[in-house]
Amino acid sequence: MSHLGIPVEKWVGKVQEVKLGGNGRKSVVVGGESTLPFLHFEGSIPNRPAIAVEVQDKEPTDWPLQLLSAWGDVVKEPVSWARKAVEYGADIIVLRLRSAHPEQGNSGAKEAEQVVAEILSAIDIPLIILGTDVVEKDNEVLLAASEIARGQRVALGNCIDKNYRAIAASCLANGHVAVAKTPNDVNLAKQLNILLHEVGLPLNSVLHDPTTGSLGYGLEYTYSVIERLKLACLTGDEMTVTPIICTIGEESWRQKESRATEGIPPSWGAHEERAITWESLTAITLITAGSNVVVLRHPRTVELIKHVLEEGKRH
Amino acid sequence: MTGIEIYKYLPKTNCKKCGFPTCLAFAMKVAQKQVDISLCPELSEESRRIIEAASRPPIKLISIGKHRKIEIGNETVLFRHEKTFYHQPGLVVRIRDTQQLDDVISLVKGISDYSIERVGLKLSLNGFALENESRNADDFTKLAEMVSSNTDLPLVLMSSEPTVMKSALGKIAQDRPLIYAADKDNWREMTQLALNYQCPLTVFEPQGLSQLAELVELVSQRGVEDIILDPGIPCSSNSVDTLTQLRRMAIKSSYKSLGYPIITFPGSAASLKEEAMLAALHITKYAGIIVLDHFSPGTIYPLLTLRLNIYTDPQKPIQVTAGVYPINDPQETSPLAVTTDFSLTYFSIAGELQSSAFPCWLLVCDTGGLSVLTAWAAGKFTAARIAKTIKQFDIANNINHRSIIIPGYVAVIKGELEEELPGWKIMVGPREAMDIGNYLKWKWQAEVSH
Repeated sequence: MSHLGIPVEKWVGKVQEVKLGGNGRKSVVVGGESTLPFLHFEGSIPNRPAIAVEVQDKEPTDWPLQLLSAWGDVVKEPVSWARKAVEYGADIIVLRLRSAHPEQGNSGAKEAEQVVAEILSAIDIPLIILGTDVVEKDNEVLLAASEIARGQRVALGNCIDKNYRAIAASCLANGHVAVAKTPNDVNLAKQLNILLHEVGLPLNSVLHDPTTGSLGYGLEYTYSVIERLKLACLTGDEMTVTPIICTIGEESWRQKESRATEGIPPSWGAHEERAITWESLTAITLITAGSNVVVLRHPRTVELIKHVLEEGKRH
Repeated sequence: MTGIEIYKYLPKTNCKKCGFPTCLAFAMKVAQKQVDISLCPELSEESRRIIEAASRPPIKLISIGKHRKIEIGNETVLFRHEKTFYHQPGLVVRIRDTQQLDDVISLVKGISDYSIERVGLKLSLNGFALENESRNADDFTKLAEMVSSNTDLPLVLMSSEPTVMKSALGKIAQDRPLIYAADKDNWREMTQLALNYQCPLTVFEPQGLSQLAELVELVSQRGVEDIILDPGIPCSSNSVDTLTQLRRMAIKSSYKSLGYPIITFPGSAASLKEEAMLAALHITKYAGIIVLDHFSPGTIYPLLTLRLNIYTDPQKPIQVTAGVYPINDPQETSPLAVTTDFSLTYFSIAGELQSSAFPCWLLVCDTGGLSVLTAWAAGKFTAARIAKTIKQFDIANNINHRSIIIPGYVAVIKGELEEELPGWKIMVGPREAMDIGNYLKWKWQAEVSH
């Protein structure tokens, strides 16, 4: 085949490797690739995309019944839920501190510390802790979670332009990783990475969430933002090297196609199949763009994505 | 090719039959790709082929079928953000000639009629791949005839046996099916069939891309121009590397023998859901025709949506015109809701309002085609902008109340909007479009009556 001269890109950049966990706990390393997704002929892809499973600290009130019943009773209790997610093949657990939201329980630092401590002792895989996305509240609960998880190298998010100093300082102090989040824009993503870098958080301690659009609801924007960030990184831009994380489950299970069971045309097909395909197509497409961590909700999606990624490795 | 180079092949008679005053003027237009070389009636077949080959795009545009054609190829970039992807891959469903004919008829009709409405567009599947599993010419021909008479969608005829292919082509060649496939053993006969019946031809060679290119050269030297490639890729995510190599060879290296659309078979070794995942990979990364082994609306709908997303032109946001839209014959007492002009936002909310059967007015603000949250974050869906739009479209004179429902995601602008619109009641609606029906039914009337 050599005489055909297949074009091989001489990339100069490489995605930053970011390690979660360790120190007695199993560790997961994400990133590190020196080419685009799946292009094994061109560069090295040392770590396959990691599959994170979302667990909430209280029973979700806005999840469709079919999604809740796929998990069963464990959704009432975060520790059993996290254990179950490990059984289903999660590489990482994402704990969403839903009950801290001012309109959904307004629980405080104490409760956050407790649930984080319990989950950390119940599972041996890495943890990502996401707050409420209400800045003042997150400053309270995420910083408390950070303290209690000291040394466990968890990831904390979301770290946005309004709270990045506090989150970065806490990650530095306690040896954690920040989940930086920006709204669907290559330059804003880069900008926040620069700010984090300037306050002294090394980029091997940052994951970046460029904001996920699900299939049918902005997927193409996210797809191209991620693809452009990866190309920028591979061509040597040092402020776009952070691995990408996408909140796929949250976005796809919000959409009508994943929720509606009545009053819809027959061409939409069976609900469960449609909803799981909605989540798994969003996931595989953003992995194809370059996502390094996909945060999923349905156990079947976890199984499917894992199967496709492992199958690829064997060939 | 430059205008002067093209001119050398023209008759130089300045006959004007092409519509241009001189052959040179015509040659210049052809070079700029503004007109097609076929407008010259005096050109020899040989010259036409040379000029077309030289001026053809890096991936040749191929059309399959007669009525609802599949048109694929003519892509110019590797990444959609560089420009856009133009021709959506055809999604076709495989049928085998060992299946019960009655089942086949209802499947064919079901698939031909299948469609989904989304953002004002109608999405559908594109055809059938008929496989000669029986190894029998009569069974295959019968299937081809029967499918052909029950659909206007294009067909792919799959048999490695030239006599079987000839038998089916004898009956349905006028539909311009895609022949699948010429391989290293049968390529002479298959090439002849493609030429005799004027049908596009697939070239199958799984040994490697240089072997594939060699076989394509043999086939095209004999005069076949419309070619589809089958590199025989594995049923796994590793298929992306071969598909990427082919796309790069065509676009970056301008390698003509591999400058054709590609056919893939994600269903061959997978369950239904795995098939959907691999088909998704092939939609984003470079397939021209994707052959599915299942027709299940629960996976087809997501795949058609993905294809639409990936092939959306990233340089122009799809948007609707700002204005006030009447839904379900509203009166002056009917509720007024406001949203942005991003077409997905508009169609989501308009669709929900319609199915709620609740008469209402939907006011659409000009935000340059952004969704509610994005527009708000960008300062384009502000209280001031909404107030201005209300005045611009003279809303106050068309309704007899002073209430407006804003999307739940922009609840924070309520106070500012009250200042901008003195005397108005600002109501915070649901966050998601699908909840608007219940909101109108349960909340709107209760709140308005206060």
